[in-house]
Amino acid sequence: MNLLAFILLLLAGGAVAAVSERLRPNAARWVSLGVLLVTSLWLLATAMTTTDTDVVALTRLAWIPRFGISVQLEMDGLSLLLVALTLFLGIVAVVSSWTEITERRGFFQFNLLWTLAGVVGVFTAFDLFLFFVFWEVMLVPMYFLIAVWGHEDRAYAAMKFFLFTQIGGLLLLLSIVALAYAHYASSGVISFDYHVLVNAPVDQPLAFWLMLGFFIAFVIKLPGVPFHTWLPDAHTQAPTAGSVILAGILLKTGAYGLIRFVVPLFPDAALQFRWPAMLLGAISVVYGGYLAYSQTDFKRLVAYSSISHMGFVLLGVFAWNQIAVNGAIMQMLAHGFSTAALFMIAGALQQRLHTREMSRMGGLWTAAPRMGAITLFFVVASLGLPGLGNFVGEFLVLLGAFQVDVWLTVVAGLGLVMAAIYALSLMQRSFQGTPADGVAAMTDFGLRELSIMALMMFALIGLGVFPQPVFDLAAPFVNRFVGGGP
Amino acid sequence: MSAPLQLLAWVPALPLIGFLILVVTEGRLGKLPVALVGVGSVGGAALLALLVSLRFVQSEQDVYVQTLWQWLAVDGFGPTIRLYFDGLAMVMVGVITGVGFLIHLYATGYMAEEEGYSRFFAYMNLFVFAMLMLVLGDNLLVLYLGWEGVGLCSYLLIGFFHTDPANGYAARKAFVVTRIGDTAMIFGLFLLVRELGSLDIQTVLHSAHASWPEGSSINTLIALLLLGGAVGKSAQLPLQTWLPDAMAGPTPVSALIHAATMVTAGVYLIARLNDIFLLSPAAHLVVACVGLATLLIAAFSALAQTDLKRILAYSTISQIGYMFFALGVGAWSAAIFHLLTHAFFKALLFLCAGSVILALHHEQNVLRMGGLWRKLPIPFFCMLVGAAALAALPLTSGYYSKHAILLTSFDAESIGPWFWGVASVAAFITGLYSTRMIFLVFFGTQKTEPHDRSGWNMTLPLLVLAVLALGGGWFGLNAVAGVLPDGGVKHGEHAAWLAWATTLIPIAGVLLGCVLYGYRKTESATDAAPQPLRGESIAGFLRGGWGFDSLYDALLVKPFVALARLMKGDPVDSVFVATAAVARLLHKITATTQSGQLRWYAASMGIGLAVALLLAVLV
Amino acid sequence: MTAIPVPLDHVFVLAATLFLIGFTGVLVRRNVIFLLMSLEIMLNACGLAFVAAGAHWGAPDGQVMYMLVLSLAAAEAALALGLILQMERRFRHLDIDAISELKG
Repeated sequence: MNLLAFILLLLAGGAVAAVSERLRPNAARWVSLGVLLVTSLWLLATAMTTTDTDVVALTRLAWIPRFGISVQLEMDGLSLLLVALTLFLGIVAVVSSWTEITERRGFFQFNLLWTLAGVVGVFTAFDLFLFFVFWEVMLVPMYFLIAVWGHEDRAYAAMKFFLFTQIGGLLLLLSIVALAYAHYASSGVISFDYHVLVNAPVDQPLAFWLMLGFFIAFVIKLPGVPFHTWLPDAHTQAPTAGSVILAGILLKTGAYGLIRFVVPLFPDAALQFRWPAMLLGAISVVYGGYLAYSQTDFKRLVAYSSISHMGFVLLGVFAWNQIAVNGAIMQMLAHGFSTAALFMIAGALQQRLHTREMSRMGGLWTAAPRMGAITLFFVVASLGLPGLGNFVGEFLVLLGAFQVDVWLTVVAGLGLVMAAIYALSLMQRSFQGTPADGVAAMTDFGLRELSIMALMMFALIGLGVFPQPVFDLAAPFVNRFVGGGP
Repeated sequence: MSAPLQLLAWVPALPLIGFLILVVTEGRLGKLPVALVGVGSVGGAALLALLVSLRFVQSEQDVYVQTLWQWLAVDGFGPTIRLYFDGLAMVMVGVITGVGFLIHLYATGYMAEEEGYSRFFAYMNLFVFAMLMLVLGDNLLVLYLGWEGVGLCSYLLIGFFHTDPANGYAARKAFVVTRIGDTAMIFGLFLLVRELGSLDIQTVLHSAHASWPEGSSINTLIALLLLGGAVGKSAQLPLQTWLPDAMAGPTPVSALIHAATMVTAGVYLIARLNDIFLLSPAAHLVVACVGLATLLIAAFSALAQTDLKRILAYSTISQIGYMFFALGVGAWSAAIFHLLTHAFFKALLFLCAGSVILALHHEQNVLRMGGLWRKLPIPFFCMLVGAAALAALPLTSGYYSKHAILLTSFDAESIGPWFWGVASVAAFITGLYSTRMIFLVFFGTQKTEPHDRSGWNMTLPLLVLAVLALGGGWFGLNAVAGVLPDGGVKHGEHAAWLAWATTLIPIAGVLLGCVLYGYRKTESATDAAPQPLRGESIAGFLRGGWGFDSLYDALLVKPFVALARLMKGDPVDSVFVATAAVARLLHKITATTQSGQLRWYAASMGIGLAVALLLAVLV
Repeated sequence: MTAIPVPLDHVFVLAATLFLIGFTGVLVRRNVIFLLMSLEIMLNACGLAFVAAGAHWGAPDGQVMYMLVLSLAAAEAALALGLILQMERRFRHLDIDAISELKG
């Protein structure tokens, strides 16, 4: 599998979609869907035929040899999982925007596909410079998705999103360059290659600061408290497809960065920073959960619940043992599905009721029982019911973290109670209770929405009941990850 | 070795399939197909369970284990989805599928007029599945799956009539309160993994013996955390407050989930992990004390209730308190025996109450009932049987189990007589409130006109359960003996006076009840102030469940909600908003130099140039 | 005929005076056309300084620079006149103070 061609296909698909709008207004979404299906099949074929989960695919080309920069794309089991999630949620995003987007459809699909291409690049780039390029590539189209097709406060939200991630990007760039320079100073070879830099010895005070630079850049994206505040605004204002991608995939790039770069590149510094990082994770879990409860806007509530869920990932990565890291990976996947589905439901509600305010909902079950039942499923998944993917993730993270620090785990464990409170209150305020005015005529999910929801439900049940394939895929990476730790 | 034993996996699978069918058809089926699927799946499971049990008893194995698949395997932690069938599981499966089937059958009549018929049976089937996983799981994580699953179904069914916000509140309360206990329990599981490296129940029990001395603090901690989960699920002190409110659900739900099966899950958990508790005398004593306090408090509360279902709810809390108490004093078999008989008579009582309530058009206030025994003869006689069993009158099933518990408690170390005394007081109160309930509902002046609307599908379960409630105890303790080791309790001969006193105390309660409530035929027909004014405050206190609700409200719920309102805007964000504000202020200040007038720019350029040149010349 | 050498200082004083006149014009005039004319004066003042300096040192650079300034002034004038025309069309006046859209 040629990964460069894979990414170029997505980029080209975006360009074609943008142009195709001139022929027929609805052509863009079909182009988009087609490209995503083709790439998904390609990925599937690769995954089926591969025997080596350590290197599924590898593409290497010289780019700027003078500075040791090359186009180095690699896919191991972890990348494969995340790329698969990306493409799947990309399809979900296209389907969820099927009727919602009525203006500049071509440009919309263009941005969508370019964001996805950027994300795939982030998940597969093994050259730090290339990684940074993709990191920026996914940012700008996302900015447009929010700023052009967003809701009432879109300009503010888009700018906030842009500023936060751009500051993170700046820290990232500085850290990458400094790391490469430090390596150059010690070895005389300049290189941005991940495999080279992983083994580069960096002196202690510098290593700590570089680690912190990477860490903050990725925690902003994750997002972890206290760098999370761009997320509720961006989520709330983004169009449905934007929220789906943002929550389902873009947050995972932060988690991926932590797990792929921060810890393996600076194991000593990360070990030094382990307790504060786990503390941030635990605080995110509780703080996000509590603020989720206090929200009245459907999307904002889900956004804060994302912060809570991603806190588990932070906790798991820095707990740094087999169980917790596997849990964190599982949590990344499961959260992708459950939150994307909840945002899709929020979008469907907004399209039907023209509001996200839960005080103006209530009793929707009567009008749309199918929607209610599906919402119930994902709400229950997000509160961590055993048998669904989120439980496996959260349980393993807590179990692993428990071996490292009991009290932080107890704090994070409060998140389980919080999750029950906010998730059920979401269900109560939107779908149960006395029907609000004007909701009786609401239409239920049609076939298009139902089928995509059913896919996500199967995915969550599959992750919850047969999670082992995921762990097997990620095993080579996780073994190396844990092997370099305490 | 035997084919039928492998059918065990189908026992939980059938209700799951029923659930899936009902979900996929989305309520488009008619009532009859729904009932066939809903009741049939549980009935099939009951039949299979019976076959498997018979075969199991014949085969004289101690256990039968069926491995389904490896759930996950990470770094030596590898819970397996495996079914474990032994005597204890057999009793529990029997109760769940047997009583469950009867209640499902009853519900086809009870819910016939309600909306969401299909949804109801879907939830009920899912519940049966989850409950079976709970009792069959060989691994604590599988048990936890069932544990949370039944909690979810309980939530769904309490809030079944979802258009009333009060039901939703009760449902969420039930879920969140039990979740608090569950969180304690999950930390118990974490500790188990850390200390023993496994969650397989048999491995855990085995290595607990091997690695912990009796009374080790880690063992006590684990036992207490697990007890936390049990206390939440079984509505024991201090997490008992959700159960009375859970009566918002339809009555068959109360019978199945909140009387016969789910709320006894805590008893099951402790019984299943009995060695963990036996190894820690302190934790074991806590179990007894929790049970004792609960059974007493709840019995008094039951005495003051005016809502028929709440009487039964408090009585359930109290009876489960007896089971905990029995576990705590080491009467393991008696606890399971009481679980069994309680499932019979409490399910019976709830179903009778359901029939009464349905006949009275959803009137639940006992003060507006009365004189119904002629109009509703079958519910009356059945309820009489159930109440007798609840009060532990001789020859009924409840008598045998409760008698065993009380006698064993007397033998408990050093404080046995005190235990016996307090539990007997509660037994006395139990007789009293059972009698009060019967008299208020069925005797006295009739205040509401009943319309008996129960068909055979509602009557048959009543009759079967009445027979079981009456005769279910005749096999005696032997029926469940050997299910569990009665560790550490000596079965000495008891003094004759003790046996007599234990038998007579409930009878005395019933007699006092007859005197107190039987002769008040002229009780005011207007139901405004039926209680004597004196003691109203005490009655109110008891009726409110000893003020636990208001206490938690003031201490936890209100501050939580108020703080949440305060934090809605996200205090962390204000840091960033403030940063932006400072930047904007600086912008405003510096923007004044941008007048937009060319001459100013030119002048400042000239001045700047002049200054620069001057500096260059001078320096 | 022998040229009487003009002292360099005199030429520079003249250039500075012209430059200041032009600069004052830029600062005080409101009409864009006069502004433009003032700018031309400034440019020519610079040019004069270049030429004088070139003559003083006998190097051709000064004249080369003047050619550059000359062509620059021509280009600038062409561009500026175009802008002035646009301004006249759009605002119907040539008052530079009235268009301060870059005001912060």
